[in-house]
Amino acid sequence: MTRIAVAFAATVSVIVLLFSYRTSTHPSALGATGPTTRLPAGSAVPISPTTPSDPSSATPSGSPSATTGAGANGTYDGSAADTPYGPVQVRITLSGGRITAAQTVQVPNESRRDVEINNAAVPELVQETLQAQTAQIDTVSGATYTSEGYIQSLQSAIDAAHR
Amino acid sequence: MTDRRAWVEHIMGMPISLHLRGPGVRDDPGTAAAATGVFAVLREADQLFSTYRLDSVIWAIRRGEPVDHPLVREVLALCREARDRTDGWFDPELPGGFDPSGLVKGWAVERAAATLHALGDVDHCLNAGGDIALHVASPSRPAWRVGIEDPRDRHALLGVRTVRTGAVATSGTAARGPHIVDPHRGLPAEGLLSVTVSGPSLLWADVYATAAFAHGPGAETWLRRRAPEYEITVVA
Repeated sequence: MTRIAVAFAATVSVIVLLFSYRTSTHPSALGATGPTTRLPAGSAVPISPTTPSDPSSATPSGSPSATTGAGANGTYDGSAADTPYGPVQVRITLSGGRITAAQTVQVPNESRRDVEINNAAVPELVQETLQAQTAQIDTVSGATYTSEGYIQSLQSAIDAAHR
Repeated sequence: MTDRRAWVEHIMGMPISLHLRGPGVRDDPGTAAAATGVFAVLREADQLFSTYRLDSVIWAIRRGEPVDHPLVREVLALCREARDRTDGWFDPELPGGFDPSGLVKGWAVERAAATLHALGDVDHCLNAGGDIALHVASPSRPAWRVGIEDPRDRHALLGVRTVRTGAVATSGTAARGPHIVDPHRGLPAEGLLSVTVSGPSLLWADVYATAAFAHGPGAETWLRRRAPEYEITVVA
């Protein structure tokens, strides 16, 4: 990530040519951005630190270093967000102002489909959270998220760390 | 360590994250009130301009009804200016009817973020589904670090842009499929995977990103000539 970031900073613009295109799964989505699913207003409520629990989740990854703009040390639970697949809740451990661990504390597991989604999404969420800290990202620019897509996004992990 | 606090609400069908940074932002009631005000401005824009609400002015315009509202006049004038500035690559007259969505989002977010300047010594980062207005109020605090998502792997970053005051906007099909129409052909634009534009204004960064995406290959050269003060990154 460091290598990519350095190369990016030194370049005014980048053209990446791909030999294979990813085919979209939504060929008929001609409308512009618009409402899909609305999440509960409770998702905007600030979260207070919980007492650090479950020591196995707090294993630091890499060497934490100070960064600006971070919250206090401790373990933070995001508010549970309703997704089309059921409630999802994320717990993040801050140490020295950096996220050192992320895990889900509540995931839907009722159907086989849910389990498939979780098996794919949860490790990705944890991984991308730690990756974002490596690059020290404040926010993410990308194609407009849907509210569902946000749940598993890097941006949601960054938001949860600063609520 | 500088205080920082985040709020997230879902408006216009997308997550909107507001991060404020500065002394006391975690406790100051004035800061919280300003955050509430930001989301109120965005909800107002949604009610006026949503293409999904049949009671919005968009549908009134599509039905040919007279609309007299100062914000609507402002947006319509900006739409005309955007079409001129982009050689028609941004055009609100779409096959499905009048649709200024590609401009309204950047306009509304920039307008909402502008209310935060009244807070004085507070930095802001207002991210509406990937389009971001940023400001650093004090030279003693660092620039915001904006990760640019890789459209081929949404869990990876292409790189990082540092911005003190300005905007970053990305247009692409990674999240919602092909929805940006090439106005010259009347068909979904498919030549690129994503376009990220940064510069002083979110309204124009967003318009240029949408127009460049519709333009397709060659968009970099086109935008450098058209708006040299904006920086463009294309993934094809």
